[in-house]
Amino acid sequence: MTSTLTPPVRKRSALTKGQLPKFAPYVVLGLALVIGAAILALIGFNAFGWGIVSAILFTAGLVGWSAAAEGGRKAKDKLATCLVVGSFLVALLPLISVIWTVLVNGLPGLLDPGFLTTSMNGVTGAFDNKSVEEGAPVIGGIYHALLGTIQITLLATVISVPVGLLTAVYLVEYGEDRTLARAITFFVDVMTGIPSIVAGLFAAAFFFAVVGPGTKTGAVAAVALSVLMIPVVVRSSEEMLKIVPNELREAAYALGVRKWRTILKVVIPTAISGIASGVTLAIARVIGETAPILVTAGFATSINSNVFSGWMASLPTFIYTQILNPTSPSNPDPSSQRAWGAALVLIILVMLLNLGARLIARTFAPKTGR
Amino acid sequence: MSKRIDVKDLNVYYGKFLAVEDVNINIEAKSVTAFIGPSGCGKSTFLRTLNRMHEVIPGARVEGEVLLDGDNLYGPGVDPVTVRSQIGMVFQRPNPFPTMSIRDNVLAGVKLNNQKMSKGEADALVERSLQGANLWNEVKDRLAKPGSGLSGGQQQRLCIARAIAVEPQVILMDEPCSALDPISTLAIEDLINDLKDQYTVVIVTHNMQQAARVSDRTAFFNIAGTGKPGKLIEVGETHTIFSNPTQKATEDYVSGRFG
Repeated sequence: MTSTLTPPVRKRSALTKGQLPKFAPYVVLGLALVIGAAILALIGFNAFGWGIVSAILFTAGLVGWSAAAEGGRKAKDKLATCLVVGSFLVALLPLISVIWTVLVNGLPGLLDPGFLTTSMNGVTGAFDNKSVEEGAPVIGGIYHALLGTIQITLLATVISVPVGLLTAVYLVEYGEDRTLARAITFFVDVMTGIPSIVAGLFAAAFFFAVVGPGTKTGAVAAVALSVLMIPVVVRSSEEMLKIVPNELREAAYALGVRKWRTILKVVIPTAISGIASGVTLAIARVIGETAPILVTAGFATSINSNVFSGWMASLPTFIYTQILNPTSPSNPDPSSQRAWGAALVLIILVMLLNLGARLIARTFAPKTGR
Repeated sequence: MSKRIDVKDLNVYYGKFLAVEDVNINIEAKSVTAFIGPSGCGKSTFLRTLNRMHEVIPGARVEGEVLLDGDNLYGPGVDPVTVRSQIGMVFQRPNPFPTMSIRDNVLAGVKLNNQKMSKGEADALVERSLQGANLWNEVKDRLAKPGSGLSGGQQQRLCIARAIAVEPQVILMDEPCSALDPISTLAIEDLINDLKDQYTVVIVTHNMQQAARVSDRTAFFNIAGTGKPGKLIEVGETHTIFSNPTQKATEDYVSGRFG
């Protein structure tokens, strides 16, 4: 019998028997979209409802088909996959929506000539009325606010990074679970939860007491922001210092290197990429704070390049005042256009900071090349 | 440049726990001394007391004397940093500094201590140390590359080069080959043989063949049971310990009839 020697010709491998075909999800998705549209057409169509109904139909259809063709274990796997992907999409929705809204509303403001290079000094309601009624270009910009935000955040960083990093060094290298170290950890945790307005009030009250009543400058705002920043810097630096292997410290000690030199030249350089990206994320965290700046730096319409004297504008307070007190109360549209433009600039700043953090992490990361 | 170590009545504690009890041992200059014994018997702990590295662990302390050519390491006013610059250490897992190049790893002892050194001197030291560690020919063309890019055995020899670059009197090795393959192990063992012309070498090992191959004298440590302190059972010429030990426990251990 020669026929037993030739393998039988089969269309599908026995090993893949009882699996849904590859195109199954697409078929179910197509059907779900069509049926979803039909159901929505009965009760009044809207895109949001269509998405929800289709998602439910898709999950039910795919899981049901899988249960019938493949059995319970595979069906449960499909259900879990659908839930995980669905949750991800739901989490993504507000993010995309925010970016879209800000882009659409902010671009006209941002593309306005002089938006980034002029301040609001001398821009009155009359100009705004004229631009709405006669179609003149919207004038005025955010240069003063951008400058203020950069100065205040920079000063806050200069204050917080040394304090936060040295605190983390104490906690990891010298604390040894002492009472002081545990107290610091506890208070850092408490500080993480301080409402930002309280930090602002603290800084304002502190400077009122030390310098004099009514002291409102960029520096006061920077102090308020550093109250918010320090715990974030401490926490992230502490985690980064903790994951530096003890072997490296011991290797340095065994070469007769003193502890402080080991920390300065071995531990911190090994952890620097994580510390730097932690600091950048802390900056991104405070750059959008509004309340503490309102009570500490006030708001200004003109350029102030001295962080230690006079009221100072910043992007968040600029947005706040433009929306709440439009330059021209009868025609708020130009003001709201400027506010959205400023919001877009703020989001771009935060995005750049996050990209910067990744870049820093990559540049400073220990090299592994051969 | 090598010194002898004499240990008198040494007890090592972790907090209240007595880890190693009553060790008396003389370690000859320009020789290789091996510590053998079962896991947890305190060999590594004892080794780390010889250059005060155990103090890195909170709560660790010792009683007794460790004399380096007659000077007590634990005498009042002795700075552990001075001790460690004279008694170097190589660890179980190779641990080159990941942020530094091969060259900087060798110079770490000098650079981290901010000693000034001309480029010519530094180059000479790098070459001398790497040659001393049998690594020069393999890395001379890529000294600027990171040390973590080397193989495990090369990394361990880099760590030895780093240790001998500070010109210590004594080199302590804590199971230097346990993470390495047989070929790299052989390279390290050859190196240990060369090192004893200049340095006093103390090596902890789990591998009895290795102890027999590389050491002049062998010390056997044992532990009576969990929670009991480790003790030095016997120390003597390596061939005596392996062929004709005086203690029953040593004979059982070296012949594989342990436990």
